Amino acid sequence: MLWEIDIHAREGIPDRVAAAIVTEANDLGITNLKVSTAHGYLIQGRIERAQVDRLANELLADQVVQRTVVAPVGDAVLNQAPPHGSCLVHVLPKPGVMDPVAQSALAALADLDLPVDEVRTFHKFWLSPLPADQLQVITGKILANDAIEQVIVGPLDFDHLEIGAPYRLELQHVAIRQLDDAALMRLSREGQLYLQLAEMQTIQAFYNQLGREPTDVELETLAQTWSEHCSHKTLAGRIDYRGAIGPQGESGQRQFDNMLKETIFAATTEIRARLADQDWCVSVFEDNAGIVRFDNENNVVFKVETHNHPSALEPYGGANTGIGGVIRDPLGTGLGAKPVCNTDVFCFAPPETPADQLPPGVLHPRRVLKGVVAGVRDYGNRMGIPTVNGAIYFDRRYLGNPLVYCGNVGILPRDKSHKQPLPDDWIVVIGGRTGRDGIHGATFSSAELTDQSETLSGGAVQIGNAITEKMVVDIVLAARDQGLYNAITDCGAGGLSSAVGEMGERIGAEVQLDQVPTKYDGLSYTEIWISEAQERMVLAVPAGRWDALAALCASENVEATVIGKFSPTGRLQLKYHDQQVADLPMDFLHDGRPKVVRQATYTPRPPAPLPPPPRQRPDDTLRDILGSLNVASKEWVIRQYDHEVQGGSVMKPLVGIDNDGPSDAAVVRPRLDSRQGLVIACGMNPHYGDLDTYHMAASAIDEAVRNCVAVGADPARIAILDNFCWGDCEQPETLGSLVRAAMACYDLAVGWDTPFISGKDSLNNEFTFEDESGQRHTISIPPSLLISALGQIRDVARCVSMDFKAPGNLLYQVGITKDELGGSHFALVSGLDGGSVPQVDLAQARRSFAAMHRAIDSGLVRACHDLSEGGLAVAAAEMAFAGGYGATIQPAQIPCSTPHLAGRPEVILFSESNSRFLCEVETAKAAAFEDMLTGVACAQVGQVTDRSRLTIGDWIDADTRQLKQAWQRPLSFD
Amino acid sequence: MPTPRVLILRAPGTNCDVETAYAFEQAGGQAQRVHINRVLEQPGILSDYQILCVPGGFSYGDDIAAGRILANQIRHHLADCLGQFRADGKLILGICNGFQVLIKAGVLLDAIPDRPSENPTPPATLTWNDSGKFEDRWVHLKVEGDKSVFLSGIRRMYLPVAHAEGKFVARDAQQLTTLEQASQLVLRYCDKDAQEKGDQQNNEVPYPLNPNGSQKNVAGVCDTTGRVLGLMPHPERHIDPTQHPHWTRGAGGPSGDGLTIFLNAVAYFR
Repeated sequence: MLWEIDIHAREGIPDRVAAAIVTEANDLGITNLKVSTAHGYLIQGRIERAQVDRLANELLADQVVQRTVVAPVGDAVLNQAPPHGSCLVHVLPKPGVMDPVAQSALAALADLDLPVDEVRTFHKFWLSPLPADQLQVITGKILANDAIEQVIVGPLDFDHLEIGAPYRLELQHVAIRQLDDAALMRLSREGQLYLQLAEMQTIQAFYNQLGREPTDVELETLAQTWSEHCSHKTLAGRIDYRGAIGPQGESGQRQFDNMLKETIFAATTEIRARLADQDWCVSVFEDNAGIVRFDNENNVVFKVETHNHPSALEPYGGANTGIGGVIRDPLGTGLGAKPVCNTDVFCFAPPETPADQLPPGVLHPRRVLKGVVAGVRDYGNRMGIPTVNGAIYFDRRYLGNPLVYCGNVGILPRDKSHKQPLPDDWIVVIGGRTGRDGIHGATFSSAELTDQSETLSGGAVQIGNAITEKMVVDIVLAARDQGLYNAITDCGAGGLSSAVGEMGERIGAEVQLDQVPTKYDGLSYTEIWISEAQERMVLAVPAGRWDALAALCASENVEATVIGKFSPTGRLQLKYHDQQVADLPMDFLHDGRPKVVRQATYTPRPPAPLPPPPRQRPDDTLRDILGSLNVASKEWVIRQYDHEVQGGSVMKPLVGIDNDGPSDAAVVRPRLDSRQGLVIACGMNPHYGDLDTYHMAASAIDEAVRNCVAVGADPARIAILDNFCWGDCEQPETLGSLVRAAMACYDLAVGWDTPFISGKDSLNNEFTFEDESGQRHTISIPPSLLISALGQIRDVARCVSMDFKAPGNLLYQVGITKDELGGSHFALVSGLDGGSVPQVDLAQARRSFAAMHRAIDSGLVRACHDLSEGGLAVAAAEMAFAGGYGATIQPAQIPCSTPHLAGRPEVILFSESNSRFLCEVETAKAAAFEDMLTGVACAQVGQVTDRSRLTIGDWIDADTRQLKQAWQRPLSFD
Repeated sequence: MPTPRVLILRAPGTNCDVETAYAFEQAGGQAQRVHINRVLEQPGILSDYQILCVPGGFSYGDDIAAGRILANQIRHHLADCLGQFRADGKLILGICNGFQVLIKAGVLLDAIPDRPSENPTPPATLTWNDSGKFEDRWVHLKVEGDKSVFLSGIRRMYLPVAHAEGKFVARDAQQLTTLEQASQLVLRYCDKDAQEKGDQQNNEVPYPLNPNGSQKNVAGVCDTTGRVLGLMPHPERHIDPTQHPHWTRGAGGPSGDGLTIFLNAVAYFR
């Protein structure tokens, strides 16, 4: 019997879902829509009406605020329209898509002893009468996403829920030995392997030598292991680079055998060698996350990942599983780190993009933004991990390919920082079950997006179930402390194939695929092997510890299953019952990929002067910059994240008298019984990349580090991460722009002894579509390098925030203002192109950072804010309105690279020169502060006032409350 | 009496258990985090403890409704034990998700007596914020009356809330009045100066002072004995001075406002 339980808001209780739909419909130009909504459950089982009534009232509905309608599916009583509604629409998750609420309901029903086989949730909507085309717009753009949901217009018309059919083994071979090059590439594309010709040829030669055809699962395993996503073959590959070298961009050339190894990794290696016994790096670029020392007992780990392509198709699920995935990285690092905090950085097209200007296959950027934020919110908050730092950048070029970077910091006992699977350890999978979701995620993320991506790769889109992962975290940490396993890794992209393949690389592995627990029947052995179903970890467990591990997992309802053994064969062998379905040598799998030499070229844009600025009063320009999307307040997003769970919050993302000023960095205490803190910040500026990616990268590193220093972090203990999101790196110019950025990463890291400890790249971030006339267009994202920084602070009581503290205090600018308006927000809001991109003076910056740290650590600084987008004027305005005070600044005092700049308001006010701070210092401490900054460009430039006005010479005289309004308005979506 | 023992009840999705245990320890209690499965297997272990705390988080994902599934487990399997626990003069505290669990399990507010059935209607619930979404923000609170053991001696507090379903709604106007007259609506959202103004706050203070639209600004309620308290704000997130959002401005004292709640609970057994 299939029962339907509809749950409606009781009379007098507002229907908020309906109100939100009406607003969104209005945005799409559909006015006067009336909507009523309900949600509900389909319950399949041999149960009686009275039992269904009981579970509706006792479990599923809240009798204070809700009412229920219960009947067998199809009964007219379920489909009675409210007075204004005539058009009934149901939205259900597609079969096989994760439905966490249904899962929980099923478990709770078992607790009530009701014989229920299956539960599915749904939403239902009654809309006032409207034309078919508008109905389609509303269902497609507001009510459902057909990547994961099905829409049924009218009453539900089925009488049972599909739960999968039994699978009958049919071993598949793929004929590849006789194929010509064109056919090999067709197989690569149509089989969603996304391998290149040389790689397909290598595989072909391997099987020719073997004298047999590959099985489908062997081919899939090779494609996944050799995918860009898993092997980073482009950046870790051979590159022949010709073009700009060094900060000044002299032309030259370099050959790389492994580009990443010779730039970013090399910097860390040099720094560690120089630090010798003071080396505080523990494990870099080898485990799932980078590890550095924290205190006498603990290390800390940090990893940032991207989840761009899934988020483009299904923003909620993409971001949801993005954050879920990156949490498993620290958990799978060493013997398992406890998650401490999350970071999130997003890149979107402007939310005000007109709906009728969207290319086909693209979701509206506002919908993407809201979906991504909700996805991070629902997963991060449920995990009990505070989301403490982030940023959002807007550029039209992110329209078809938004970026979603998710990061996680964890803490790990020093003696649990290394793992070692041993021969004959059992392979154990714990956590979520394997389903048909997430098939081809690893290879898909390496392909470019097109307007057809959704139909082709819908299976790569998933919804997460945070509670399953939370249960896994709880159990893993307990098992770690009891020493129940030798190694652990996460099941991420590539699923079991990647996790087992990597863990067993130096040993060999034998897996019994029929043993893997599945969500439903009918999965083929290949689907089981490559499914990227979420919330799973793989452990290497000594046979003697299995009973203890099994009992521990059972005690908290976490599923754990032995699926095989790390047999010392040097081979990857997969079986389904008695049938061998794959047999590959580990060395071919991991080292067989042919090395391809890629060409890379780069020429920075030739310098062009910035045209004369428009005749606008600087007051108005300041207001425009404050209200520009990158600078504007992100409070609407931040408030939806729990940024204080775990109790370690010291510096919140929003600070100041009204808890709404923009903090430079977050500070958390990972141990409640200690005063030692972690500082988390980031830096990114895609706009500079249009001029020169070297200086873009240098500026991003400067920004991340100075954000940490601004709140009190010790610059000698900042570790950084790189995340490159780029376009199609098969294009020599695109790859060249990345190589140039990587060379800057090397220079900065070595120049400051700031090691890179982990990183990740995501290439092919392009979107291709056909317009109405059949013409193909490609939008490539701007070069987008995110630098994430993990700083440390001895005593969190030394931290400073950016809000002004008291009238009468003195203001100092630290660092030099130069004529660097290229790629600036001044240029952006003024519609100007040209100017010099901000550069970094390594030696000067290093001195400034060290001196600032000494001054803050000595308690000489009351407030400090870094100068970034919008320069001095924006920093001063933010400090003023965050503190509820004003300021008077004398431009003549500002330290400048050349004296004549003092007469150029746009430079003094808005230049984005790096390595600068604005500091508030008490009069009584001014002399000590100045002493501390000896040898560093630093000048007293003004004073905090008790009037809510910001005055900068004759140029700016503005009410700070109005400036704040301009800053708060653009991204408040309520 | 020796150090009171505190059972911090943990379920799948509970996530404030560590810091809540730490807060009880700082207050002088001896806290243990115990999984719901252990309590269900052996309800008798409750008798080893003087204080039961259901901490914040998303028990069972808050799937179906916030706190609902854990509340049902308690109602079906532990109602008698908790009844005994309360009758023995012990203390029960529910914070955020714990408040949602206690109110939905019928531990905090007695079911409406005039509806005798197998499934009596609870007098009030916690439902979706008026804003329709999860929000983390600091709120000013004031204590009404002196009924709650946990709030003894406290007049004002500044604490964070972090929830999506914290709007207190009574079954009807009569229920609301009954609860208020019984002095059970012990904790209210207010503006920064409420106490100084002597405002009785019978009207809802505006959003975001009242962060969720709760009737009568209710942030916390106690049972008829005053020994069971549920509240949406997180006292365990304000026990250290550096947790105060304005500590860099010199605001706050040597310890956070929330610590007093834990000190009161421990002192009750001394």
